[in-house]
Amino acid sequence: MDTKRTVFPSQGLPYLLVAPQIIITLIFFIWPAGQAVKSSFEREDPFGLATSFVGLSHYVRLFQDPAYLASIGRTAVFALAVTVISMGLALILAVAVNRLIRSATTYSTLLLWPYAVSPVVAGILWWFLFNSSTGILPYMLSFFGVDWNHQLNGTHAMILIIVAASWKQISYNFLFFLAGMQSVPQSLNEAAAIDGAGPFKRFWTIVFPLLSPTTFFLLIVNLNYTMFDTFGVIDATTTGGPNQATNILVYKVYTDGYIGLNLGSSSAQSVILMLFVIALTVIQFRYVERRVQY
Amino acid sequence: MASIDIKGVRKVYPGNVKAIHALDLSIEDGEMVVLVGPSGCGKSTLLRMIAGLETITDGTISIGSDVVNRKEPAERDIAMVFQNYALYPHMSVRQNLEYGLKNRGTPRDEIDRRVTEAARILEITPFLERKPRQLSGGQRQRVAMGRAIVRQPKAFLFDEPLSNLDAKLRGQMRIEIRRLQRNLKTTSVYVTHDQLEAMTLADRLVVMNGGRIEQVGKPIDLYDRPASLFVAGFIGSPPMNLIPVEQLRALAGAAMPVLPEGTDILGIRPDGIMVGGSGGIPLSGVVELIEPVGGESHLYVRVEGIDQVLILVLQGRAEVAETERVDFVLPVAALHGFNRESGKRVE
Repeated sequence: MDTKRTVFPSQGLPYLLVAPQIIITLIFFIWPAGQAVKSSFEREDPFGLATSFVGLSHYVRLFQDPAYLASIGRTAVFALAVTVISMGLALILAVAVNRLIRSATTYSTLLLWPYAVSPVVAGILWWFLFNSSTGILPYMLSFFGVDWNHQLNGTHAMILIIVAASWKQISYNFLFFLAGMQSVPQSLNEAAAIDGAGPFKRFWTIVFPLLSPTTFFLLIVNLNYTMFDTFGVIDATTTGGPNQATNILVYKVYTDGYIGLNLGSSSAQSVILMLFVIALTVIQFRYVERRVQY
Repeated sequence: MASIDIKGVRKVYPGNVKAIHALDLSIEDGEMVVLVGPSGCGKSTLLRMIAGLETITDGTISIGSDVVNRKEPAERDIAMVFQNYALYPHMSVRQNLEYGLKNRGTPRDEIDRRVTEAARILEITPFLERKPRQLSGGQRQRVAMGRAIVRQPKAFLFDEPLSNLDAKLRGQMRIEIRRLQRNLKTTSVYVTHDQLEAMTLADRLVVMNGGRIEQVGKPIDLYDRPASLFVAGFIGSPPMNLIPVEQLRALAGAAMPVLPEGTDILGIRPDGIMVGGSGGIPLSGVVELIEPVGGESHLYVRVEGIDQVLILVLQGRAEVAETERVDFVLPVAALHGFNRESGKRVE
């Protein structure tokens, strides 16, 4: 494709214009990331006075640590559950709103609100709703014989953070699904209707396959979200408990590093997470771009 | 195959926007009817009501002997070719052709037989395994037609199917559609805003304007005897010349023929005007512009005495040059009389 080249009057100007972004990236991302990689190979004494190089021993120890392996398992459950729930509900909502003619904008706006809520506030909101002594949801659940207590029951705690994290993410997914659906030409639906496909069949054979680039993109983004951006939700509700039941990888980086002050191990954990996000991003760039259908 | 009967059909959109006013039209079995008119005249709305993609506010539409007002598009047994082709982008050409048959539970061997046959007729056999985006515009157009014919429906509905093609391909596909429809003898309704396409494709032509039918008939009858000023101006290219009677009378004097009561506009086709002849209303004017289109030439002549430009079509090359003066006559037999008030033809 022909893109217009901008010609600058002096050679230094373009560098000057991109400098602020580069400087911010260097100071707040590249440098700390480099520090994390460096300290993941080091052991530091309790007072921070001496450090020694220990090679890969933090990494080796991590993968021999049952607590860390359990955390990987929990993270997988949490990430998959949030991704499936938030994408599934978002898709249903997008289909529903896409059928509306006049009130679609109103509903879209209202459905976007949860995205504006900060993760901590979202967590606290659900914490109140699920509070075992004052919350309305445990009260309702008690009629079904469920004795809800996320402060004692690890499964309940996990459900709580899944619900809170999903709720926030539905808005984002909804917006992308709706935009994706609106870019499917109406005439395709009409042609399929004439071709004898009912609304349900039309959705699964025409609309959903055409949404696949959007779905794949969201899958990657959601996995990223659950693994990295849910710190606030967890910190505000369960703080990783009870008994580590909700201590997912990103939260464990914090607990081991800032609370346990095991900076070397914490750094190694964050490097592993960093490698994971790099892998996801590579997958996204390689396949999402290529799989665009129309 | 079936006839299509439209009785008293109206379409009113929310906000009391009247798209179609009580309209009657019968389309016979095997006939190709072309709906033509300017944009917004309601022709596409009418087609979409036949297809079942728009609700019918009032009146009835029957396909064969069934009233289809309340039937889903799928139950009407019609096939439609869309302006943008509406091919399923994620399916191969073969899957596109099969989709409608599969949905109806057609047996596998029957599907294969029909797809092979349609692909052969439309010469798309080499592309059956390709995706629509790998095809040219003309090939996509053929696939869209193929998707219609494999279904062997009661009727074909065409919604401006050629308007996305370039001029040469459009002419070619026009002939193919005509040939295909003649061979299959499937009742067809074809919507276009291109009057040349309309004239050449139609068994019967329906000229629409402002949600009403202006005139229905054989294309050549509409050309020869337009029922209204609108049809006179719409059918034929270059369009019919329309001249106010009082101005013409002042110029023509004794040569002015006796006109029926109420005639206040006279129309004449550009090819009806004779240069240098006699026996009619003699006029003269200055040639402002000549468009040589090859076999014929279009002359834009500013008539002396009335401030109006007439278009003349001359066979062959024009023997006059621009800015030259030219004498011509309007033969009485070639004149069409209209009433300005009603817009209708006066006999």
